[in-house]
Amino acid sequence: MIKFGIGQSLARVEDARLLRGLGRFTDDIAPPRSVQMYVLRSPHAHAEIGGIDFRAARAMPGVHTILTGEDAAADDLGGFPSMVPSTAPGGGPNFTPPFAIIAHGKARYAGQPVAIVVADTLEQAKDAAEAIIVDYEPLPAVASLADADAPGAPLVWNECPDNLDALATFGDKGVVDAAFEKAASTHSVEVRISRVSANPMESRTALGEWNEAEERYELTGGMQSPHMLRAQLAECVFKIPPNKIRVRAFDVGGGFGMKGVPHPEPALVLWAARKVRRPVRWTSERSEAFLSDCHSRDHTSRCELALDSGARILALRFFARANLGAYLSLAGLHCAQGNIGHLSGVYTTPAIYAEVRSYFTHTVPIGPYRGAGRPEAITVLERAIDAAAFDLRMDPAELRRRNLIGPDQMPYDTGFQFTYDSGNYPVSQTKAEEAAGWANFEERRLESLRRGKLRGIGMGHIVEIAAGMNDEMGAIDVEADGSVTISTGFHNHGQGQETTMRQLVSEFLGVPPDRIKYRDSDTDVQPFGFGSAGSRAAAVGGALFKAISEKIIEKGKVIAAIMLDTSAEEIDFVDGTFTARSTNRTATLAEVAALAHQPMGLPQGMEGGLSHKQMFRPKGPTFPNGCHICEVEIDPETGRSEILGYWVCEDVGRSINPMIVAGQMHGGVVQGLGQAMGEFIEYDEEGQLLTGSFMDYQMPRALDMPQITTISNNVPSPNNPLGIKGAGESGTVGAMPAGLNAVCNALQPLGIRHFDMPATPWRVWQAIQHAGGIEALHKAAHETA
Amino acid sequence: MYSFEYHRAETVEETLKLGSVLEDARFLAGGQSLIPMMKLRFAKADNIIDLRDLDELRGIEVAHDIVSIGAMARHAEVAASPKVQSAIPALAGLAGGIGDPMVRARGTMGGSIANADPAACYPAACLALGATINTTGGDIEADDFFQGVFETALGEGALVTGAEFPVPDAAAYKKFRHPASRFALAGIFVARFGDLVRVGVTGAGRQGAYRWIEAEDALTENFAVNALDGLHADPSQMNSDIHGDEPYRAHLVEVMTRRAVLNASAHCGDE
Repeated sequence: MIKFGIGQSLARVEDARLLRGLGRFTDDIAPPRSVQMYVLRSPHAHAEIGGIDFRAARAMPGVHTILTGEDAAADDLGGFPSMVPSTAPGGGPNFTPPFAIIAHGKARYAGQPVAIVVADTLEQAKDAAEAIIVDYEPLPAVASLADADAPGAPLVWNECPDNLDALATFGDKGVVDAAFEKAASTHSVEVRISRVSANPMESRTALGEWNEAEERYELTGGMQSPHMLRAQLAECVFKIPPNKIRVRAFDVGGGFGMKGVPHPEPALVLWAARKVRRPVRWTSERSEAFLSDCHSRDHTSRCELALDSGARILALRFFARANLGAYLSLAGLHCAQGNIGHLSGVYTTPAIYAEVRSYFTHTVPIGPYRGAGRPEAITVLERAIDAAAFDLRMDPAELRRRNLIGPDQMPYDTGFQFTYDSGNYPVSQTKAEEAAGWANFEERRLESLRRGKLRGIGMGHIVEIAAGMNDEMGAIDVEADGSVTISTGFHNHGQGQETTMRQLVSEFLGVPPDRIKYRDSDTDVQPFGFGSAGSRAAAVGGALFKAISEKIIEKGKVIAAIMLDTSAEEIDFVDGTFTARSTNRTATLAEVAALAHQPMGLPQGMEGGLSHKQMFRPKGPTFPNGCHICEVEIDPETGRSEILGYWVCEDVGRSINPMIVAGQMHGGVVQGLGQAMGEFIEYDEEGQLLTGSFMDYQMPRALDMPQITTISNNVPSPNNPLGIKGAGESGTVGAMPAGLNAVCNALQPLGIRHFDMPATPWRVWQAIQHAGGIEALHKAAHETA
Repeated sequence: MYSFEYHRAETVEETLKLGSVLEDARFLAGGQSLIPMMKLRFAKADNIIDLRDLDELRGIEVAHDIVSIGAMARHAEVAASPKVQSAIPALAGLAGGIGDPMVRARGTMGGSIANADPAACYPAACLALGATINTTGGDIEADDFFQGVFETALGEGALVTGAEFPVPDAAAYKKFRHPASRFALAGIFVARFGDLVRVGVTGAGRQGAYRWIEAEDALTENFAVNALDGLHADPSQMNSDIHGDEPYRAHLVEVMTRRAVLNASAHCGDE
């Protein structure tokens, strides 16, 4: 039998359930007497709401209640806060309007909830919603980041002149400016990071119940962080103690950070459930999702590099503008400025200065999405490196190599924000270059050129912070027969944690996997948790379960010593069996558990049971890293890009399940390439969403994607006992710059130095036209021939 | 979706009768356009008459250099039909490139023709091949049938029962897919009958599918790619959206026409 332990590429335990349709998603749950909620949303990006006449709607068949912002105000319901403090432009704290659960008096983005209708069926609720008459007075709106502070731009909040909410600066400007003064060359590039939507396969869901007997709310829904959501619902929305709310999640079909942000609907179903004394169900439709899921990215910046005569980076300057949407979501500012440390990248950049201006616009709030600020900063940095290489007529791989942090410099204090734990960046780059055939790319470029195609190769050499400094709580409950139940506050929504956590506990305690139950995401099971975000579950959860297992073994040894007639110090624990040292006397974990549950057989004063619960905080964050290379071929006649190949040499630290790591890498890369090559959210000037369905929003498809080759160069992290770094986000962080650099590289023979994402056919074709079109291509072919 | 009454009939005759007596009735062929619109509440009908049981509208026959396809033939059936593959491979290829496997398994040729979506593939083939559209109100030439965006000459309450496609000497369909919807941003069907060449364009035009007469004349003169040199599609006739403006679509019409001509004797393909 294959050992079910660390390092095995075991098939995912949860797949047997999910692939047979036996998963339990929130929308599968229909409690008796449950009713449906429909959210009436503002059709205007900015409007005064004069009055809402719902008398006719209220009398329609099946309708239980209709609630508006007026009712929410009467019930003193609050909104969700931002978790990121920042600085207003003139100093002092920034303005922090809570993310409203329903509009009151004013709608600030198209899609904002204006009223909810609760009815027996969804169709009845929709019919009634059509009969509601809202007296809107449309107001001018500002819907794009570029226009946010234009003269005369409408204000989202009167408290925020120029719509500028926060101006944050990082680093020592004087030192950086001085470095630019003495630079041999300086290079500047302006980069736009497009606005995207997460589009998880399962849209957002919420089932709200009011438990009259216990006088508390019960929420079931698709989410990533039940405890955080509970805290916010309790403290900020309902203003009640947290234990008056139970929050849980069962199967969830993808979160990507978006589902880590509290959205209005979970609060609305709970509110409505208490009003109608029935369970209230809500499942977002895809068109609603495009309107109301927090979007992400939406960022423009200028990045400047100062190099010495040997092309070594002396300093970096960064000036960014970030869109926040109409409200601050929990992590909206985090995306804009919380991951600015990534400007250091994998390079020995001595001095960095960054300025980030964050603006309100009449659009749905910005939230995190796979990387949450990491891909933004890294993409800008990696574009700047390629632009500098373009200016210097240098191989961008060589420019990177000259500036890489060496393995002998680890742990490495970047001098900006991060101290990297471990890694061997030069080896990763070498391995990736070899796999991709970087050295003889120019031959392939020529071969393509002979067929009238533009071929390009791009590198994204990245490092990203993971497993951040947040506590996690977990428990291993040991039953009398030695079966165990493991539980934590984080949540599996596709990452395979049900498998990896079982692998770990099976390794630590020697319990067969079919004797391990896995439970997560229930605030009644664990009173505390941070949730799944920031590539943290494996590193933090792994160390947590190791610590708990050690406690169980320690106590098990005491009990085994009684059974084996020796002292605890003389007991060894290996593969689930306690052995009296130098003897053949053994006791299995099951036998020890059995005695542990018979307190009569235990010494006076010894507590029964083997279960243990505790919290854990890692010593420090980890820094997964990797060198990504992407190769594309562009048809200059149509502008269409084909991704020919993708290679990544990654360092996720110690890998629990290499197959799951590869899967995380594949998914992450596809989301990064999806954005680089085509995804974008667009509003028109009035703030109407133009990309409101998959007819207009360019989701990547399997056929658009190349074979993704993953190579490991894992260096264990010293910051947690298992050496795990994390794998959730690095694929996306690397693929955005690698994909974009490949497109830019393909366009380079036409004299194009920079091209902004997304590389849709039309945009690429336009860029080629502006550069002189196919004529220029023929000229380039002639010159290279 | 608004609630509606659902009906089914087993013969065309019965279907037409239902259609005439029921208030606010619509026919449902494969449901790949109508159902999504109904789900979004963009389309509404009190009565839906499902055509799925009309086996008489199912067949695919080839006789006297004419491919006759029943309206209820699914795209997947047309794509996989050895008769179509051998007579007009470009048409089989066109059917095999519509939407995705789910759409091809449910969507029907007749539904596509009757709906006349400005980016649907079939109208380009109908126009280029000079197809005859069979309807319960009589036969209508493709040139007369397609009248604009979702506009056809199909009579009130009438059904498309099939289409007859003359077998060309050479044909090809080249489609540049809309990056989001994967419909045709520009889809060109080129067909040559002896010296006579016809060019059907879908996806690009502001008024729906149309024939590019200037290209037809040039290619009839000389069926070669260079016959198109200097010939430009008129941007003012083109559609525009966030994935391509008028000049880009006009350019794609030119590029895809050239590629279609180049491939006219080979199996069709996508771009």
